[in-house]
Amino acid sequence: MKNPYLPIPMRVKKATIETTDRMLRTLELSFLNEEDGKNFSFVPGQFCELSILGKGEAPFGIASSPTENGSLRFTINKAGLVTTALHQIEEGSEIGIRGPLGNGYPIELFKGKNVLVIGGGFAFTTLRSLIVYLLHPENRPKVKGITVIYGARMPGLLLYKEELATWQKRRDLNLVVTVDWGDMDWKGKVGLVPNVLEEVAPSSKDTYAVICGPPIMIKFTFPKLMALRFPYDRIFTSLERRMKCGIGKCGRCNIGHLYVCKDGPVFSYAELEKLPKDY
Amino acid sequence: MKLRLEKKDFRSFLQGLIETYDLFAPVQLVEGVSVFRKIDRPEEVDLTHPNPQKPAKDLFFPQSEVMLRYEKAGEQTSVIPVDEVKRERVLFGARPCDIEAISTLEKVFVGKEYTDVYFLEKRKKTTIIGLGCNHPLSTCFCSSAGGDPFLRAGSDLFFIDLGEAYFVELLTEKGMAFQKNPFLKEANPKDLVLVKELEEKAFEKVGFSIPIGGIEKRLDLMAESAFWDRVHEGCIGCRICTYLCPTCHCFDIVDEGDSQRGQRVRNWDSCLSPLYSLETSGHNPRPTGRERTRQRLMHKFNYFPKSFNQVACVGCGRCILYCPIHFDIRKAILWTSSKRPKAF
Repeated sequence: MKNPYLPIPMRVKKATIETTDRMLRTLELSFLNEEDGKNFSFVPGQFCELSILGKGEAPFGIASSPTENGSLRFTINKAGLVTTALHQIEEGSEIGIRGPLGNGYPIELFKGKNVLVIGGGFAFTTLRSLIVYLLHPENRPKVKGITVIYGARMPGLLLYKEELATWQKRRDLNLVVTVDWGDMDWKGKVGLVPNVLEEVAPSSKDTYAVICGPPIMIKFTFPKLMALRFPYDRIFTSLERRMKCGIGKCGRCNIGHLYVCKDGPVFSYAELEKLPKDY
Repeated sequence: MKLRLEKKDFRSFLQGLIETYDLFAPVQLVEGVSVFRKIDRPEEVDLTHPNPQKPAKDLFFPQSEVMLRYEKAGEQTSVIPVDEVKRERVLFGARPCDIEAISTLEKVFVGKEYTDVYFLEKRKKTTIIGLGCNHPLSTCFCSSAGGDPFLRAGSDLFFIDLGEAYFVELLTEKGMAFQKNPFLKEANPKDLVLVKELEEKAFEKVGFSIPIGGIEKRLDLMAESAFWDRVHEGCIGCRICTYLCPTCHCFDIVDEGDSQRGQRVRNWDSCLSPLYSLETSGHNPRPTGRERTRQRLMHKFNYFPKSFNQVACVGCGRCILYCPIHFDIRKAILWTSSKRPKAF
């Protein structure tokens, strides 16, 4: 029987510092054994437990899309013991992963609909996975309009800047990038995500909203989505909790009877409404 | 199949078990403190304690358990899986509440999607010999939690202490392996009468009823009740109830070692600890005793039933018996019902 606690070995192919505060680092990982790579299939919104033996494990959303073959990408915020070790690890080093875990975004529902993606801060990682997936030539015709609103505190804290620049040029994607405070060089939008959403005012007709960001952003964005008349069951968000096992055994990440690791991390607002406010 | 084991043959019977199996049974560490341990000599087994402090879950889900080892040789780090359970095991002398709890844990650890191999392997390789509970304590309420002091479910063999002998039932295929055991003789018709008497006496002790039936529905309406503001005041968050609970199964995973060699270990954890849900950012979804006590009780009587159609409590009463400030889970249950006590 397969032991779900044993990590799959991977190698750090490339490491990039994403932001000017040097707190966000992206690791590009390749499978050590080809077989593991073949067996690894996931959807945007799923996550993995990354581990450095001797330091520990922590959960991270997958930032790459299933359409980008051969490697996995994770963007890591330096915060504690494991994430600090993940910031120090050198290219070429070995790393363990367990996954893919969790449910992922309900891509099937998006067929023939508009998709509104709202992201804030470094929670943009799994949203990047979703956007890259939807923009893939095979998938793009399956959905109608795509609107992306992405905000960071400062221009230097925006993730995946090169990619954002190419997305800006696309005509089949309406990308709005905003920052809380601009700087001398910033020519884009300045404003908080909820306010920018109000301004952009995408139609809720035939539209699914996917929102991911810090709790404070989510708190103020939900009412704006309500005002735009998005039904509860067409708003999806991805939650984060302290996790250990990632497979619904260790008991840590429950909200009511649901486990964020196994029943989530993606929940609709309709589902969250029914749960105790334990998050 | 109904059999009988004379007390004078008891040690020889245990010796036989030790030769074929890894035997685990209650052992008295110091006076009044009893735990399940691996037995090397029959005389170590001590059944005088009404129910060992540490439940039998320890044998399937140990307090600390190595999940994997790793070693670095040159540039290559290799993960070394832990050893398999080599010998078949026998758990002897667990009371029906503990055995019922093992089935409860099995629901969590053996899932459709993911199976906890560490638990499953130990479970598969263990024959369970239950022991009838002749003397339930004042803190016991198994009969309210869907069990009873002589519940056979989950046991492969079942022992009842008749005084000068044990009444022995072989209940499953694993149990039938003992059919040819030289020390097990045919039961007397008199034994059955005695068993009935013992059962009735024990049932009387736990004959009261704590209203656990329907508690899931009642708690559905109480998620934000003022009840939680009060109930947590009776808890100092020492977490002993969760560690000694036979159905509590939360664990933490930590790495021990350095970059050269070490191990990944899981340890029992408790939802009553503030650190349990504290995130690195400083945010804690369960910031006070109110949320944590609610989590403990709701998990047992509301969340768990939603997932598995049963409460995560077997009524063993350990959380009541060993609570340093006498928090009584039965009172909390009563509070959710119409039999609400005046004060908590």
